[in-house]
Amino acid sequence: MSTSADYDSPTTGDDRWRDDRPISEQGENVCVIGAGASGLCAVKNLREQGFGVDCYERETGVGGAWNWRHDRSPVYASTHLISSKPFSQYPDFPLPDSWPDYPHHSQLLAYLERYADHFDLRRHIWFGTEVVRVEPAPGDRWDVTTRSAGGNGAQRTQRYAAVVVANGHNWAPRLPDYEGLSDFTGQVIHASAYHDATQLRGRRVLVVGGGNTGCDIAVEAGQQAARCWHSTRRGYWYTPKYLFGRPSDQVNAGLLARRLPRWLRQGVLHRLLRLVVGDQTRFGLPAPEHRVFDAHPVVNSQLVLHIGHGTVRPVPDVARFRRHTVQLADGTEVDPDLVVLATGYQPQFDFLDPRVLGVDADGRPRLHLHAFAPGHPTLSVVGLVQAEFGVFPLVHWQSVMVARWLRARSADPAATAALAARIEAGAGRPWHDAKVTDPARRWFEVSHVTYLRALQETLDSLEVAAR
Amino acid sequence: MSRTLAAPRIVRTREWARPVPAVRREVLHADVSRDEGRPPLLFVPGFGHGAWVFAEHWLERAAERGFPAYAVSLRGHGDSGAAPRADLRAYVHDVVQAAAGLPRQAVLIGHGAGALVVGHALARYPARAAVLAAPVLGGWPLLGAALRRNPFGTLPAVFGGALRLRAGQLFSRELPEAVALSYVDRLGRASARAQWQLLVRQRVEPPVGDPPVLVLGSPDDRVVPAAVLDRAARRYGGAPLLFPGMGHDLMLDARWTEPVDAILDWLDKGAG
Repeated sequence: MSTSADYDSPTTGDDRWRDDRPISEQGENVCVIGAGASGLCAVKNLREQGFGVDCYERETGVGGAWNWRHDRSPVYASTHLISSKPFSQYPDFPLPDSWPDYPHHSQLLAYLERYADHFDLRRHIWFGTEVVRVEPAPGDRWDVTTRSAGGNGAQRTQRYAAVVVANGHNWAPRLPDYEGLSDFTGQVIHASAYHDATQLRGRRVLVVGGGNTGCDIAVEAGQQAARCWHSTRRGYWYTPKYLFGRPSDQVNAGLLARRLPRWLRQGVLHRLLRLVVGDQTRFGLPAPEHRVFDAHPVVNSQLVLHIGHGTVRPVPDVARFRRHTVQLADGTEVDPDLVVLATGYQPQFDFLDPRVLGVDADGRPRLHLHAFAPGHPTLSVVGLVQAEFGVFPLVHWQSVMVARWLRARSADPAATAALAARIEAGAGRPWHDAKVTDPARRWFEVSHVTYLRALQETLDSLEVAAR
Repeated sequence: MSRTLAAPRIVRTREWARPVPAVRREVLHADVSRDEGRPPLLFVPGFGHGAWVFAEHWLERAAERGFPAYAVSLRGHGDSGAAPRADLRAYVHDVVQAAAGLPRQAVLIGHGAGALVVGHALARYPARAAVLAAPVLGGWPLLGAALRRNPFGTLPAVFGGALRLRAGQLFSRELPEAVALSYVDRLGRASARAQWQLLVRQRVEPPVGDPPVLVLGSPDDRVVPAAVLDRAARRYGGAPLLFPGMGHDLMLDARWTEPVDAILDWLDKGAG
């Protein structure tokens, strides 16, 4: 392992300069972008495989999205996890026994900070440093240009053996383009600007979006606001957090453990939800058109309750905004003074040429296993997945896979040719069992177990290659 | 490394569906006077033993030499909460929880059947290094050896009773008899289920993070035959470090300093 930088004279070759700045050679070191849940995991697993790592983080602390102090953090005061503990922890660093089934976001931040300290990761992280550009260099290497996150200060370019992108996908708000939105006199905010319930107190609130965030905010508005309308485009399965007094994702894992096929599991869960939650259309909610787990599930026990209390009124999709009112798809009008758009986030890779990741018109990169970039064996993305439950295990095994891939490749490129060929051939393949309901937005949705099995297969083949 | 190495098993539906329930956990601790950045050590006692067996001598010794030292009592042992139906997975959970609760990446040191627990825990926590002292890694041959040496103490365990070890098995003659008997008096028992699982061996998954592993024991151990020691060491790619003349309970026996110093020397040499 070489960790020391190689300060050759800049005059030895033209490729040692970029934009009139010398490039500092980082040898076998790997660059990780972001120190959130995915970046930390990548740093830890790369270190475990013996790599020197430089991680760049624009904020001054770890935790990324889970650190509410960060201006790009999407969490609000009441955010609790929607996956229970076994799915919300790295598989090799469990959450403490004393914590609840669904920890609060502040606990998750404490967990990530402990992870960073336990594995001594902070000394590899350059805080307050933003990655401006990542450009391919000869020999499958990468020139990474950074500057201090304030925006002023000199830029600095360093050449790394590999780059792991872990910049998260829940920070760039996706704002739908509604007709008449600019003329609307009420206040319109994206959910990313929603921090706590005081923003809702006494207001007439329209919450747009049926995802987990939309439902959480609707529930809070139901308790705090003067009125609350909750607009969704279609019907969802509202999974309670508990079934039979056990976290519902653990009940589902019990069905998985019995190796029931997917259709049978869905059948059992439909039955269960019909028993526990009952007929949603009675509450004025549209019936789900998809089967449970075909779309990202909504885990919320309280929404139906607040609809039953009459404090949240379910309404159809927004058609257009008028000056003082919002017209809905069924022609009715509502008159909120605050509209919260819980319309999700859009992955963004400002520092990379879109062609490098094969990004298409919809902003979708073309990757193998949502991690490897075809044509660029030393570039990978970690954490760009969403599953029906628990993303921490997925991120962990992605990181392990990337670290082992880089290690195997640097030891013997020939032995990894088979996987390299699969990266080329398998790029863009979805790892979801069903037809995803909204492929333009949900392209990084995976089925937890199907995806893990694919990772397992890749890990096994890397193990064979390393022998 | 060893032949057992393979990619880890990552689809763990049974563990997800039925997480191990939390039980009060006793962790004893000896702190260092000055933190020199050495890794924390987590000692894991074997079946029937509580954390106290390490608190007697080894914790202090490790702390004196600059290693923050901890010992955990598996559930149902020592002052940890009762768990009559605990299985091996629950014990592994206790160790992994205790390790992840330490401020830095820890070295796991298992004694007796605690070494088997550590072996499993290594697949769930990337330890900095691991030490298996007088390891009882289970299997039917172990039962044969135990029955030959101590038929009346062993036989009830086959039918779910407590495994009773004699002072003569655990300690050398150098340890005063009164002390030896007082130690034997303090021993408890593992759950019947875990005892059974010790015989019907489960596959030990490969360690994560590829930690260096040291195996040590005594050729005169009357619980772990020397052949078992060799086999355990070979599985982890080495030869065992031997302390002739000592009994099974290396941390309580008269010459307890020798093995613990050897472990600390090994860690100081860079394994940690």
